[in-house]
Amino acid sequence: MKKLHTLLFSATLLAGTAAHAQLSVEIAGVGSNQIPVAVAAFANESVAPEQVSAIIRADLERSGVFKVIDARQTISDSASIDLAAFKASGADALVVGSVEKTPDGRLQVRYKLMDTVKQSQLSQLNDAVATRFTRLEAHKIADDVYEKLTGVRGIFSTRIAYVKENRAARDYQLVVADADGEGEQIAAHGKEPIISPAWSPDGTRVAYVSFELRKPVIYVQNLVTGQRTVVANEKGSNSAPAWSPDGSKLALSLSKTGNTQIYIVNADGSGLRRLSNSNGIDTEPQFSADGQSVYFTSDRSGGPQIYKMGVNGGQATRVTFKGNYNISPRVSSDGKTLAWISQREGGFSLYAMDLASGQEQRLADGASEPSFSPNGKYIMYATKGGGRVALAVVSVDGRVKQRLTTRAGNIREPSWGPFMK
Amino acid sequence: MRNIKSVALIAVAAAVLSACSSPVKLQETPPVVEKTPTPTAPPADTTRDIRPVETGSVDPLNDPKGVLANRSVYFDFDSYVVRDDGKPVVENHSAYLTKNKQRHILIQGNTDDRGGTEYNLALGQKRAEAVRKSMAALGVTDSQMEAVSLGEEKPKATGTGESVWAENRRADIVYQ
Repeated sequence: MKKLHTLLFSATLLAGTAAHAQLSVEIAGVGSNQIPVAVAAFANESVAPEQVSAIIRADLERSGVFKVIDARQTISDSASIDLAAFKASGADALVVGSVEKTPDGRLQVRYKLMDTVKQSQLSQLNDAVATRFTRLEAHKIADDVYEKLTGVRGIFSTRIAYVKENRAARDYQLVVADADGEGEQIAAHGKEPIISPAWSPDGTRVAYVSFELRKPVIYVQNLVTGQRTVVANEKGSNSAPAWSPDGSKLALSLSKTGNTQIYIVNADGSGLRRLSNSNGIDTEPQFSADGQSVYFTSDRSGGPQIYKMGVNGGQATRVTFKGNYNISPRVSSDGKTLAWISQREGGFSLYAMDLASGQEQRLADGASEPSFSPNGKYIMYATKGGGRVALAVVSVDGRVKQRLTTRAGNIREPSWGPFMK
Repeated sequence: MRNIKSVALIAVAAAVLSACSSPVKLQETPPVVEKTPTPTAPPADTTRDIRPVETGSVDPLNDPKGVLANRSVYFDFDSYVVRDDGKPVVENHSAYLTKNKQRHILIQGNTDDRGGTEYNLALGQKRAEAVRKSMAALGVTDSQMEAVSLGEEKPKATGTGESVWAENRRADIVYQ
């Protein structure tokens, strides 16, 4: 329970070079060309409960985007720096900073990002934060470095939700943690299973399915107040909640008519209406990035395949064709990439598809329950290994993988939270 | 109980008849005598009579050795059809529920843990619905039944392998 251990997997190049070419357009300059960046120890950072520069370094390394060089010295943001020397050591950028205790007990954290090639300052931050937010501040600095050097918003300060379960002890927890698995907080716990957590787009609420009433029922919980609302408790099973991009509605699966079908409901549980209409299973709805359509899993053609239909109904069009078992569609925030789980040759693998071209790439094996990072660059998923379920992260180009494990029990059902203000 | 009552009735009727059996003169209408029979103190030996009481009968649902103790219906791999070995389970509980309209059940469908969480939940629902439809065909009313799914979340058997998976491809009848 205490702490998740992050292991960095060696960067792995996966098969499917043609498909890779499609997706690598989107991630040009990332992964294959790591940006060399030096990170110095921050001046006076021992006053903070955790080492700010070490957290920044770990974030940047884990992203796979950077080749992190230890500056092997402490450099304050106020120091005059010989940037040419860092350029000569191979670093294109340098991170320096300082920490200072303020009279009211907070920490003043200053940071500068220097361009060693142009010999200029790229960015800076100067924030006073409560000591308990030391990690968050370090993640925000890492986000700033990531964004200034790649042009893409960083996800180090985002959070994830997942389920931690110990079935033998009948202990089920909905947990919220930082994106690196640190700073776990229990949002809900009980003796019955919890599945399918989904963050609201504004990051204040999580929808999930709890079995506490001996059947699956959908709740929305405000993370700050702890207030829970039953969104759907119809006769039969209630499951698979997914938020609309504007946070006003949820798509979900209900079996009230005798077969599992997709419905849309207001976030407060009012205005329930049926969306899909088939004789079989329609489940796992996910709104498209523009909110105008819904991707879902259906067995209308035999085995499960992924389909798409308009948010107001109409004809469903099939999206996946290869393999007999394609489930769990997830759409990137820019709407360009579909991630899902496909069973091919026995095992369950995580795939990504460029929706414009239909090109597929296999990203990871032994995977289930994918969830995109809000910048669309990473996918978190559950993976089985050694009889236990753990969480892993893979970059959308398949090159970088990390794994999060715990000492006891399973962690599964990840949901990556949104960018926070 | 009913037999004992009718025996008592015959005895009373016989007693009344014998009371009216005094010699009757011909052509003479016997006077109509309205009289309530005064209860006579029972002879001492009637204390030997026994008033029977009915004991509570055992609800067959609670008989651990009865047919209703079996509440699980098993399914083949990738199948959502009640097998022959599950039909007696469905029939026995249907018979009980049609006689006991006040009883309600949850039918909980289950799957093994291969595949996705939510798709397995939908597959477990198909198993629960297969049992629900079979019971409806045998006359159990919809209001007595709710078919739900636990998916892969509450396995009866843990681990991997065909015997474990087979044990978890199941629908359970749960009385409420």
